[in-house]
Amino acid sequence: MLSLLWLVPVLPLAGAAVLLAGARHFSHRATSAVGLASVGASLLVSLAILAEFGTAHAGIFTQTLFRWLAAGDVVVDFALRVDALSAVMLFFVTFVGFLIHVYSVGYMHGETRRSYARYFAYLNLFMFAMLTLVLGANLLVLFVGWEGVGLCSYLLIGFYFEKEWCASAGKKAFIVNRIGDFGFLLAIFLAFKVFGTVDFAAMEAAVAADPGRYASWATPIALLLFVGAIGKSAQLPLYVWLPDAMAGPTPVSALIHAATMVTAGVYMVARANFLFALSPTALLVVAVVGGVTAVFAATIGLAQNDIKKVLAYSTVSQLGYMFLAAGAGAFAAAIFHVFTHAFFKACLFLGSGSVIHAMGGEQDMRRMGGLKKQLPTTYWTFVVATLALAGIPIFAGFFSKDEILGKVFAAGAADLGGFGRVYLGLWALGVAGAFLTAFYMFRAVYMTFHGTFRGAQGAPGFTSGAHGGPGGAFVPGGGEERHDAPPNQIDQAHHLHESPGSMTWPLRILAVGSIVVGFVGVGKAVTLNVDLNWFEHFLEPVAPAVELAHHASLGIEWTLIALSVAVALAGILLARRFYFGEQAFTRPDRFAAANPTLYNLVANKYYVDELYDATAVAGTMKLAQASWEFDALVVDGAVNGTRHVTVGTSFLSGLFDLNVVDGAVNLLARIYGAWSRALRRVQWGVVQGYALVMAVGFVLMVAAALFLGRAL
Amino acid sequence: MIPTGHFLALSSVLFAIGAAGVLLRRNGVSVLLGIEVMLNAANIALVAFSRQHGQLDGQVVVFFVMAVAAAEVAVGLALLVAIYRRSQSIDVDRLNVLRW
Repeated sequence: MLSLLWLVPVLPLAGAAVLLAGARHFSHRATSAVGLASVGASLLVSLAILAEFGTAHAGIFTQTLFRWLAAGDVVVDFALRVDALSAVMLFFVTFVGFLIHVYSVGYMHGETRRSYARYFAYLNLFMFAMLTLVLGANLLVLFVGWEGVGLCSYLLIGFYFEKEWCASAGKKAFIVNRIGDFGFLLAIFLAFKVFGTVDFAAMEAAVAADPGRYASWATPIALLLFVGAIGKSAQLPLYVWLPDAMAGPTPVSALIHAATMVTAGVYMVARANFLFALSPTALLVVAVVGGVTAVFAATIGLAQNDIKKVLAYSTVSQLGYMFLAAGAGAFAAAIFHVFTHAFFKACLFLGSGSVIHAMGGEQDMRRMGGLKKQLPTTYWTFVVATLALAGIPIFAGFFSKDEILGKVFAAGAADLGGFGRVYLGLWALGVAGAFLTAFYMFRAVYMTFHGTFRGAQGAPGFTSGAHGGPGGAFVPGGGEERHDAPPNQIDQAHHLHESPGSMTWPLRILAVGSIVVGFVGVGKAVTLNVDLNWFEHFLEPVAPAVELAHHASLGIEWTLIALSVAVALAGILLARRFYFGEQAFTRPDRFAAANPTLYNLVANKYYVDELYDATAVAGTMKLAQASWEFDALVVDGAVNGTRHVTVGTSFLSGLFDLNVVDGAVNLLARIYGAWSRALRRVQWGVVQGYALVMAVGFVLMVAAALFLGRAL
Repeated sequence: MIPTGHFLALSSVLFAIGAAGVLLRRNGVSVLLGIEVMLNAANIALVAFSRQHGQLDGQVVVFFVMAVAAAEVAVGLALLVAIYRRSQSIDVDRLNVLRW
């Protein structure tokens, strides 16, 4: 069964090819069948592989498909690899991916046939790229998947490309990612120079054999890899593309921009853990970037009114937590959070999609409220996932987040790499982030599902049961541009309805997942030092944690857990006080009025986009303008100058040709003509004249032979 | 025995007569006759030398010359017939179309 590994990425690729080829002709039903079947088959194959992998304790299984390139010393095979790390990723990528495909059938049903097929083709292509990324046995194959998911992300963010802001959001994502990818490429080159190979197993073996030899190279390679991770996983300072990426359809946000693609950076860091473990500096950088991003993004999330933007900043923040864990050397904890986050964040995004679907495309939470009654399934699943994200005990997020905070504290206490105080500070940031997370998530819950409905009521032109007007014009989307008017002039209050089964069932499954998946990695402290952390042991062979000098006592760990739970509860209570009940919204409004500077700073996302516009974007534009002027003046001038010179010399050369060369040819012809005119008279036509000449000539020759021959 | 010189003299005279016929006569048939006379002048010379040397080679060549001459006359007469059909004349002076 393991030998069928290649089918896992190839099946979605085949699906994408079929859908792209037949986009014009496929009905909705045919498109859904192809899209779901290819990913479903991929899911089944990977489950079978995982079952065999788990029972056989295979360790590492590598499948070389073909020799990709061989040029001198550079030999790279296109090889896939399953080990504990990629097995975890493989499971949740195919599982969550399949659920989101199912959900998309309901969510995208209003699209035209062609764009419906295009949507599923891109989604299948994404699955192929993501699975290639996860299964790649060397940096280059991983990079192929890495670029592939970037491409699909771009295509799907700009899915409604006829809207200018959607198209530019896609471009923004692509360009910002490019910066990170540049670092990643440099890391690959450097790794090749240092190790002579980019194969993970070979590099790891080289490092294990002689750690001292590679210690000095580990820092630059690890940092360059991390630059790639910063771009893909939306960390400071390259996080700006992810909130804008919400322009894509909501299932895309759930799959690509929450559950799978953005965690690729964490996965890559965990994959290269043997390099990071060698370099305390690199670990510190990862931890600091992660910890600061976690809090920074969470504060922006506090003041967002677009439901998807809240979730987007939450994703950036949670990715920060994952890097914080990786930076503390706890790679298993980072991957554990990737794993649980995939479930509850996908659930949250799909829940928000269900809300947007019911609201006819509305995304502004200020126009929602009281949706609990009309959308009971969406509400309960959303609340479960929110509790998981907030880190309330027994929900999945509690186990993974506490694992992270515990590990970071332990790294601080054990003075990891001599940066103990920094780690303790990051731990404090992490706890603060937990408070902010609980607050902004419950703010979203209260604003969306509780209180009274604040959307459009009784507007004209409403037809019952219509999804936003004739011709399936229902278009989910978002952005500040539309806050003034509801997208479609319909009576939102009467339009509200629970989503169809294809959307609610994935929500239910993911909500159950948000509760249960945490139990695979229950921390040691929670169970009073009884070792039940199956997840960590599973990952131990491929992603071992960095050794710490000493471990925190049970008492301290319990204090930490109690503290983070208390902080989360405090966040929830504050949100309830601010956004629930009779006095909802008055307190936050008063707070904003009292601190206008602070509020504006946060509500405008710290003006980071404006800063980038003023520096990087404006600088690039200026450079482009200058280049254009250089092009117009110097390059075009040189080209035009060349043209003038060419015309001049051609004229001269033409004169020479006409007079000298043609003259010589004509002269020759004239000489021949003159000679011919003279000689042709010999042929005067009298036959006997010819005979006479012949006879005379003969006589003369005989005479010459007789007389001259004798004389000689 | 008649000396070979006599034969050669006869041959020369005949050759000169034939050549004069070829060069001077206007009638095409006469020109052909002149050629025949020249050929037979050569034949006499060949036979004379054959007799002088007591060898038959010359006489064999004479037979070949006679056979070739017969063929040549057949072709020549055919040409003259064709010329006559074309221009109602066999006057060689009028065959002057092929010129510059």
